[in-house]
Amino acid sequence: MVDTALPVPSSKSRRRSGFRSGATAIWQDTNWIVRLTALVGLVLVFLALAAPLVSPFDPNAQSLLSRLKPPLGFDGAKPGYLLGTDELGRDILSRCLYGLRLTLGVALLGAMIGLAIGGTLGLVAGLRRGLFDDLIMGLVDIQIAVPFTLIALLAVALFGGDLHVLVAVLGIAYWEQYARITRGEVLRLREMPFIEAAQASGASTARIALRHILPNIVSPLVVAFTVNISNIVLLESTLSFLGLGLRPPTATLGSMVGMGRDFMPSAPWIVAAPALLILLLTFVIQMLGDWLRDHTDVRLRER
Amino acid sequence: MLEFALSRLLRMLITIFVIVTGVFFATRMSGNAVDFLAGEGLSADQRETMIAYYGLHSSIGEQYWLFIRSFFDGNFGLSFLERRPVATIVMERIGPSLQLLVGAIVVTLVIAVPAGTLAAIKRKSWLGSTIMGAAFLGYAIPNFVLAILLILIFSFWLGWLPSSGNGSWLHFIMPVTALSAALIATLTRYTRNAMLDVLSQDYLRTARAKGLPEDRVIFKHALRNALITILSVLGLQIAGLAAAGNVVIETVFAWRGIGEMLVTAALRRDYPVLQFGVLSVAVAVILINTLVDIAYGIADPRVRLSRA
Repeated sequence: MVDTALPVPSSKSRRRSGFRSGATAIWQDTNWIVRLTALVGLVLVFLALAAPLVSPFDPNAQSLLSRLKPPLGFDGAKPGYLLGTDELGRDILSRCLYGLRLTLGVALLGAMIGLAIGGTLGLVAGLRRGLFDDLIMGLVDIQIAVPFTLIALLAVALFGGDLHVLVAVLGIAYWEQYARITRGEVLRLREMPFIEAAQASGASTARIALRHILPNIVSPLVVAFTVNISNIVLLESTLSFLGLGLRPPTATLGSMVGMGRDFMPSAPWIVAAPALLILLLTFVIQMLGDWLRDHTDVRLRER
Repeated sequence: MLEFALSRLLRMLITIFVIVTGVFFATRMSGNAVDFLAGEGLSADQRETMIAYYGLHSSIGEQYWLFIRSFFDGNFGLSFLERRPVATIVMERIGPSLQLLVGAIVVTLVIAVPAGTLAAIKRKSWLGSTIMGAAFLGYAIPNFVLAILLILIFSFWLGWLPSSGNGSWLHFIMPVTALSAALIATLTRYTRNAMLDVLSQDYLRTARAKGLPEDRVIFKHALRNALITILSVLGLQIAGLAAAGNVVIETVFAWRGIGEMLVTAALRRDYPVLQFGVLSVAVAVILINTLVDIAYGIADPRVRLSRA
């Protein structure tokens, strides 16, 4: 006879070992495209973090003698300026690196604010139901109904292009996605026997939310977070591109493309470099987000 | 049915009301309303005129009432920059925007529905994965990056297409491409998923079992059923995507539509234009979404029963 009463490991150690074997398994059935994308993503994150160390020049340092120099390898290039210079003689590579740093940093901050707002509201809506639920879901519906670009335009025009305005705008851009996911999961989980058991043993609503529900909704939220970062990068670079992001001379990838438009006929590299970097960045995040979603959503797996 | 339509319409009115109220209070809260609505640097005399014109001496409640009323009498104030009624400016801009939008939607339908259907049928072959790969690219590339790259290649490098303006049909090619890329990608994905859902249904097995030719099965039995879902996605997603896309694409190509007007107004702080422009686009999107939702409910009874 097999002894069925196996010792139950403590919840902490079980979770950790489960995660590790899960991560290994996921890496093993990953194809080379995703691996390469992940590698490129790591390089981009490293470059963003290390921008002050690896940039050859100060991103805002102007030099009248080296204005509008093309990238290395073209006629008239100036040694040292790998990607050339812009109309004020600033080094494009350095500006790209600082722009990447800012774009990624702001996007991460915005996504975290969105997660905090949306997650909390979704949790409250799911747990409390009733009026709270109706109000919060009403707000969610409105947020979905109105294209957020319009709200962002209005907000930036009204409150000015400061860093905190931008972060606030990006923070409220996609909160409704987290709210919907969290609420849906809470509604599903609250019918589960283990929640009932926790309630029966006298746990408070806050305790149930934090100890029992939150750990169980982490994975869909992580997926939403990853996908959202790409949306926020997009929104930030779009606003900056339109001239509604941070004030110059701060380099962001979007504003470099936006400002460089006037020089497209004579100096296309000014826009080409940041535009291609934005393309690479959104491509990498989108790819990783899609892949993460396909791996966590069982319903999609057979497709 | 009537109940479903009415509940949708009620929800639409509530949404519009909240947006209008939100915009009113946001614009009134952000500093001095006179500077906001009439522009800075006026003489004392002009200021008085403007205060009277916009009713700013009255209480916030009365101002709010005036603001609401302006939607019914069409008096939305004057543009700072052009010193003309906002409503006139917006009306002029609707035409070019619609041309661009209709172009993009036609292109989207013509490409995305066949591509998505093909991707579903040939799901296991290279054709299917190529289509989905292309759809991924179309979705991942930001519209302004695409627009800029198109201009760099086709205007400045090859010299084939004009880089801005809206004079001839040649002017349409790049804006429509840049605007529809994301729409095509989105709709291709939805078409594929809707087709995959339909293809696994029992009635398709029946159709095949009774010996119908495969193209008849696909086009008459599968696509027709999937089309309801596909068109409702087109309506629901695309109004919003297109409104956001228009803002960017029109700015890049100097296309004198609503989107370009909004960006110019935001950059130059022409608040009366911005305020009314944002509201009118938002209301248009909400209206379209509601109509599509109701139409979807009429076409597919399961929807109205589950959502009502």
